[in-house]
Amino acid sequence: MKILALDSSGLVASVAVVTEDKVLGEFTVNNKKTHSQTLLPMVDEVFKILDMDIKELDAIAVAGGPGSFTGLRIGASTAKGLALVLNIPIINVPTVDSLAYNLYGTDKLICPMMDARRNQVYTGLYEWKEGKFKVLLPQYAAEIEELAETINEYNREVIFLGDGVEAQLCKFAPLLKVSYSVAPIHLSKQRGASLGALGIEYYKAGITEDGDSFEPVYLRMSQAERERAEKQETTFQ
Amino acid sequence: MDKDILILAIESSCDETAAAVVKNGRIVLSNVISSQIALHTLYGGVVPEIASRKHIEKINQVIKEALKEADVTLEEIDAIGVTYGPGLVGALLVGVAEAKAISYAAKKPLVGVHHIEGHISANFIEHKDLEPPFLCLIVSGGHTHLVIVKDYGKYEIIGRTHDDAAGEAFDKVARAIGLGYPGGPKVDKLAREGNKYAISFPRANIADSPYDFSFSGVKSAVLNHLNSCEMKKEEINRADIAASFQEAVVDALVTKTMTAAKDLKLSKVAMAGGVAANSALREAMGAECAKRGITLYYPSPIFCTDNAAMIGAAAYYEFINGTRHGLDLNAVPNLKIGQR
Repeated sequence: MKILALDSSGLVASVAVVTEDKVLGEFTVNNKKTHSQTLLPMVDEVFKILDMDIKELDAIAVAGGPGSFTGLRIGASTAKGLALVLNIPIINVPTVDSLAYNLYGTDKLICPMMDARRNQVYTGLYEWKEGKFKVLLPQYAAEIEELAETINEYNREVIFLGDGVEAQLCKFAPLLKVSYSVAPIHLSKQRGASLGALGIEYYKAGITEDGDSFEPVYLRMSQAERERAEKQETTFQ
Repeated sequence: MDKDILILAIESSCDETAAAVVKNGRIVLSNVISSQIALHTLYGGVVPEIASRKHIEKINQVIKEALKEADVTLEEIDAIGVTYGPGLVGALLVGVAEAKAISYAAKKPLVGVHHIEGHISANFIEHKDLEPPFLCLIVSGGHTHLVIVKDYGKYEIIGRTHDDAAGEAFDKVARAIGLGYPGGPKVDKLAREGNKYAISFPRANIADSPYDFSFSGVKSAVLNHLNSCEMKKEEINRADIAASFQEAVVDALVTKTMTAAKDLKLSKVAMAGGVAANSALREAMGAECAKRGITLYYPSPIFCTDNAAMIGAAAYYEFINGTRHGLDLNAVPNLKIGQR
């Protein structure tokens, strides 16, 4: 079984080709260039170096959200276009789950944080228990204060990772009553290999989507929808 | 004749998700459009983020439908054409990323197309005899241009708007008189019940730029007229306002197009873009062209508004001219006509 993993949900663009027992290739870039210009050329490079035909793929795993709206759609439409031609399914892997999957076997709480602006982060809570990856709190958009309170309730040491850590930790740290650490740079951002490895688990469990109906999970309404909803709410009150 | 060339075209620059299969640039085998107008009407205009979300939801179905309706397989397609600008960047990116992925996985050449060059090329679909050179008036919600089409894929812009696009003025006036979005067809319809000579709205002439346009003046004049009626407690005749406003815009468009055709000695004039579907514009331009012995071309309304068939027509001529884009093709929201 071979799957291609695509992540363009944040600042990092990452692609990987993963099988059940190997990461065959991975290409990760963390710089300013737009994902629109880099994602597919990276896929092309990986396949060229692996001397592999894209037709060998069984499925495409994609960071299905949350993340940058535009970034998610670049990954999603790339995956949908490939799935359309190759006639294979898409594996919609929650972005925050895939970030947490960068870490293995720790007895600490895992808390990814992606910058969601407006004093929020996309986050979730995870742990490794008896060799298994567990979702304690599924991914959602959290206020900083609310997340700190939730973590304090667990009363466990926590590891942070993700592109929201740098921006939020100074505000966040004083609110924490538990000890914490931050994942090192090679594990702290989205990785195609983690996404692919988790994608394999999804695929084996039969959790795939049809390329035609697949769309990202934004975890947030568009600004226009939000303002319209707020307006209606005040009208009804 | 050589082998037929089939283009699969994708368009997602604004609020229509569209795909088409076009043969030899002129024959439309399918033209599928998933419109979002009803959704955006709630907000009084196109909301970019909502448009982008809708594109990603629909794009695969629209493409598959286009292939199915054309009764061709992806293997039979010679190239993938896609709009990469101008337009809403988030919306464009969906079509561009999708087209690139299809081009890559199916090993088909990729041809990026300028949205407005697509509108111009819509004329090739229904007018098999139309060949460059000709003068083209492009009028839509985002664009007002006078362009000389010198050859396939060769354009020279000779006139442009200094402020609002013609279609934008229609939308703004429609909103001001309570017609809502989309303004163009609604003003057109109401204007038929009004007197176009009831109110004299200004036509802007721009010094030293005889082919340029300005529509912010006429829009403001309509708003001022509404205000003054309200102050004087006079009854507002919306049909007369719609008709008189439309007359002012149409007059400016026709006069400048005719001046350019005369100056440049061009005997063929084409129109393109959403506003080219306006009935008063078609009528007035038709009458003036007839007087001067000019042949006028314009597409059916379905090919005036955003569609992918026109992108397929433009992509065909780019394709046979050797244009190819790479996997790094990006959306260019302010792409210029003729820019390569």
